[in-house]
Amino acid sequence: MLGALRFQRGGLTPCNFERADLATWIGAVDGVDSVQMRPDLAKFNCRNNRLAQLGLEQDRFAEHVHAAIARYGADRVGVFIGTSTAGILETEQAYGRRDPETGALPADFRYEHTHNPYSSAAFVRRYFALLGPAMVVSSACSSGAKVFGSARRAIDAGLIDAAIVGGVDSLCLTTLYGFNSLELLSPEPCRPFDTARNGISIGEAAAFAFVERMPGNQTLADDAILFFGIGESSDAHHMSSPHPEGLGARMAIEQALASAGLAADDIDYINLHGTATPSNDSAESRAIRGLFEQTPCSSTKGATGHTLGASGALEAVVSAIALRHRLIPAGINTTQPDPDLVLDYVLTSRDAPVQLVLSNSFGFGGTNCSLILGRAERFRS
Amino acid sequence: MTSGIYIESIGLVGPGLPDWPHAAGVLAGRTAYVPARTAPPPAAGLPPAERRRSSAAVKIALAAGLEAVAASGREVSTLATVFSASSGDGHNFHAICETLASDERQLSPTRFHNSVHNAPASYWSIATRSMTPSNVLCAYDGSFAAGLFESACQVVADRVPTLLIVYDTDYPEPLHAVRPIDDGFGLAMVLSPDAGLTAIARIDVRLTDAPPTLLASAKLDALRRGNPAARALPLLEALAVRRATNVVLDYLPDTRMQVGIAFSDNFSAKAGR
Repeated sequence: MLGALRFQRGGLTPCNFERADLATWIGAVDGVDSVQMRPDLAKFNCRNNRLAQLGLEQDRFAEHVHAAIARYGADRVGVFIGTSTAGILETEQAYGRRDPETGALPADFRYEHTHNPYSSAAFVRRYFALLGPAMVVSSACSSGAKVFGSARRAIDAGLIDAAIVGGVDSLCLTTLYGFNSLELLSPEPCRPFDTARNGISIGEAAAFAFVERMPGNQTLADDAILFFGIGESSDAHHMSSPHPEGLGARMAIEQALASAGLAADDIDYINLHGTATPSNDSAESRAIRGLFEQTPCSSTKGATGHTLGASGALEAVVSAIALRHRLIPAGINTTQPDPDLVLDYVLTSRDAPVQLVLSNSFGFGGTNCSLILGRAERFRS
Repeated sequence: MTSGIYIESIGLVGPGLPDWPHAAGVLAGRTAYVPARTAPPPAAGLPPAERRRSSAAVKIALAAGLEAVAASGREVSTLATVFSASSGDGHNFHAICETLASDERQLSPTRFHNSVHNAPASYWSIATRSMTPSNVLCAYDGSFAAGLFESACQVVADRVPTLLIVYDTDYPEPLHAVRPIDDGFGLAMVLSPDAGLTAIARIDVRLTDAPPTLLASAKLDALRRGNPAARALPLLEALAVRRATNVVLDYLPDTRMQVGIAFSDNFSAKAGR
């Protein structure tokens, strides 16, 4: 992902997903169908959990987590996973195989371990043989960010010492045809914050992080990424349109800054929610322009598509990469940043001494979450 | 283990249980249990279009939540919320999957709106004009315990009052065969870090591997097993009869939640936190 961010590569392709006959582009993860589920996890087999397993096995994540579990104990590590549709694709496919006489679903259909939202957290918990608390957060496109808040509270309350947090959402017809019904799908690769932005491209992702209570200052690794703050709010406005003034978004950002004890001009880079719908980008801009002067910002959804319930976690990982590798990633596909929106929309990735990043995730139904991540030395100072 | 969590009020809508005072009478054995289809009132506070589109889950969540808030005496827009449900609207999923299996495949915007797990939370914030944080959870049959866990963490870690709303509604065939929920059930509680003047009980929560507490009444225990939100009933029964005790609630397959319950006669002495 570092290379893709640095060299501005994206993964969107014209939609060829299953029976989705739609003029749009998607961000499909290669090789999900050929993932072999670990034999003891076979009952979880569905696109969403195959994607989750693929994600857990990247970047030596599982190896690090196993080592941490050995340190903390299986009952002291929580699991908090964001998803919007989990394995609903299994149910969509099962409806195509109903008994013509009785209407019954096929005998091999397993609702609990595929379609039910909790299946995503159940899978991760079972993968690591954990015995602590687990839950799925399913608040549409803020899910993968809000898991950080739930994990933080459980650690602060003393109920766990560490947690696996993340987001997993996979392509399905429900979201493709659902966003199509709202006329929010772009016929081209999405162009966040562009004057010609005209809708989203749906993607899929599994993104995970391991969070633990802050160790004593002397044992904090130099490359540690710190979770500085979080803000959450609700729009109280509409099911599928953001508050036009970005009021809920602004409240979430302000709370994130307040919880971190930071001012807006401390932030070096903003990873925008930036879905590329006209109304989302406009509302988010109003929130940002009310608080920030000229902070560099971009939406990485031009590269990944909108990965919905996973996007908050995916973009937390993007933010962590930006911090660790001191990089401001560009928003790709965008060529003409809308001058009515933010002031410094980054079109070319560049090296920069990034110490603090704000990542926004705003969901369907008016659910908002902003995260602030930072480098260890920023904390020491 | 957590401590210092106070239950200020309860709201409830279930089969033959129109509100908490009635349900408390049934759970305490003062009133006979007469099962009947769950009949939530129309969704209060929503604009006409949203009210028309609101599902049984939305109506149940709003009714239980508003009852709990009214009983707490708190201003609704000041409360953070935690919503937890094992599943969304089963009738809506059925209609979506039927459409997607057809050659047409075009969904309506309302179908899609109502498919998101946070639809009741969103309708709640619109109805109450509340911009406070809202979390929306799922833990299959353990969704009540997951919601209580999250609410307990909010109260203990952030020392804020919070409103927990847990609900689940029925599934039609053919989904009913794999998710046999027959009727809707919802409950809500306002939880607070301070005893205040109105707290009805103090609780603490911890995870355990002890077996779940059952209800003595076969009919009520069938209700408990039949809807994930109703897995809260052993806690509600102890509150209804004001019995200081520990109850064990279903959570995850190998892990349950023990809730310790104390009442005002004895919690003032122990509340010195």
